[in-house]
Amino acid sequence: MRDAKFARPLPPDADAPLPGRPALLGHGQQRNDGQELPTEEMVLNMGPSHPAMHGTVHLRLVLDGEKITSAGVSVGYLHRGFEKECEAHTWAENFPYTDRLNYVSPMLNNVGYALAVEKLLGVSAPARAQWIRMIVGELARLSDHLTYLGAQVMELGAFTPYFYVIKAREWVWDLLELVSGARLTHAYVRIGGVAADLPPDFAARTRETLERLSAVVEEFDRLITRNRIFMDRMQGVAVISADDAISHGWTGPCLRGSGVEYDVRKAHPYLFYDRVAFEIPIGANGDNMDRYLIRIEETRQSCAIIRQCLQQIEPGAIQLTDPRISLPTKAQAYNTIEGLINHFKLVVDGIEVPAGEVYSYTEAGNGELGFYLVADGSGRPVKCRCRPPCFMQMTALGHLLRGLNIADIIPTFDTLNMIGGECDR
Amino acid sequence: MSLDVLKQLAEQFGRALLRTHSERGDDTAVIEAAAIRAVCLWLRDTPELAFDMLTDLTAVDYLEQGRRPRFEVVYHLYSLPRRHRVRLKVGVDDPAAEVDTVSDLWRNGNWLEREVWDLYGIKFRNHPDMRRILLYEAFEGHPLRKDYVKDRRQPLVRRPAGEIAAALGQRPAARRSLI
Repeated sequence: MRDAKFARPLPPDADAPLPGRPALLGHGQQRNDGQELPTEEMVLNMGPSHPAMHGTVHLRLVLDGEKITSAGVSVGYLHRGFEKECEAHTWAENFPYTDRLNYVSPMLNNVGYALAVEKLLGVSAPARAQWIRMIVGELARLSDHLTYLGAQVMELGAFTPYFYVIKAREWVWDLLELVSGARLTHAYVRIGGVAADLPPDFAARTRETLERLSAVVEEFDRLITRNRIFMDRMQGVAVISADDAISHGWTGPCLRGSGVEYDVRKAHPYLFYDRVAFEIPIGANGDNMDRYLIRIEETRQSCAIIRQCLQQIEPGAIQLTDPRISLPTKAQAYNTIEGLINHFKLVVDGIEVPAGEVYSYTEAGNGELGFYLVADGSGRPVKCRCRPPCFMQMTALGHLLRGLNIADIIPTFDTLNMIGGECDR
Repeated sequence: MSLDVLKQLAEQFGRALLRTHSERGDDTAVIEAAAIRAVCLWLRDTPELAFDMLTDLTAVDYLEQGRRPRFEVVYHLYSLPRRHRVRLKVGVDDPAAEVDTVSDLWRNGNWLEREVWDLYGIKFRNHPDMRRILLYEAFEGHPLRKDYVKDRRQPLVRRPAGEIAAALGQRPAARRSLI
């Protein structure tokens, strides 16, 4: 294959065949007059494993020089059979699987799944558990957005700021580890509550961490957002109109980047989101820059939400006491026959969820995380569908890339914040 | 507000609307398979309803419940301007029978319908690109069907003998010398 399009302009007689060599002409090309280079389309495969693509996705690009004339997107390389596994396990056993959906914000998936099962059961967790869910959920959102910010600038060549935000993300994970015992795959939320109460010094440590974290985000903002190179690569690139974004089912920061005011926390408040004050940042242009700016602003809003939750949270129960839903205490399970049987039934048979179907939705890091659950009255789901927000965003990637340059792929792909575990399930 | 959607659907489509319920606050309408496109188009384009977003599209296999029709294709629609939701369901008994595509009404329908085909083996009529999406082409069966055993092994997929050599042979001489 000849790379004629990468060559400098040829002198008029340059395409005359050299003695003994075939003419250097592209497929189907006639001799040109030197004004126009012979071009042919080139197919370039990017991924599924590519150093600049975080997440396994395969792009089949048809290129005309640097321009992308069409892009085929293949996902599914991280498919693990989330739904099939969920159908084979009891309702409570599925929390660890939800951890692995969007693995940079597992708490939000835990919360989304728990709320869906509770909607099916027709119960709601005690107030303190709901506040705790909001706190850990917003911490997870911070973790998600900090990961995005770091990856976004790193893949555009700014490696140092990546460490700033990843260090801050580590502080968030320290807090979540304090609460749940695990850095990353917490499995902390339970049907009808949460697994454990907050440790005594949690509020103080969280306030202190948020202060340090806010300083990092402000420093990152000062360092990156007005950077000329960064702006040139982000502004006006990969613009999507509100109508197109809606038609692709976009939600979350990406949809808000196109100027659509839709955030589940405001539009359909769940937990206690109607009792805290926060704002929803909205973009105007629907380009990469807007999607980036929204996430920067959302980290500030999440910090504000967590501070308000810490103010309003009150002591109380963290788990329902209904023996059909919640495990007995260890003392009961070890010392009483009723407790032992209750524990055994809940672990082996699972919580008996009345037959029916629900669709429950929460605002996760990437947008509306929905769970469509179907129950038949037994301890295991008939269907446990996760509506993955970044899958919808990925449906538009091919459409977004058309007409862009090769170098625009990376920042555009980054702003969609595709998380393989969630997209491919 | 939301109950209105079901009422208006009943007025508009009458016989094509088989059942409705609003259990746990989710408005649901079971629709005759032949009418799904017309219903979707009407829901999307009626200004008072304005269901501009296909939130989700999936299927359920009721084999173990012994229900007929065996499969249900489930659509979740959302209206950003009106802030309301509705769930549509279409029964599919014979997986060979196709359901009309909605991929031209909402763009994400394309991939979502491919996923249903991939995992449940239900095809969509007039879909522009009915291929598997999460699994690979050589995968045998549709794993979310209830009669697909969870720990079933898939055959090892090998490229046919000679294909790699043939592909290399087609490359121009300059490239071949690099390998």
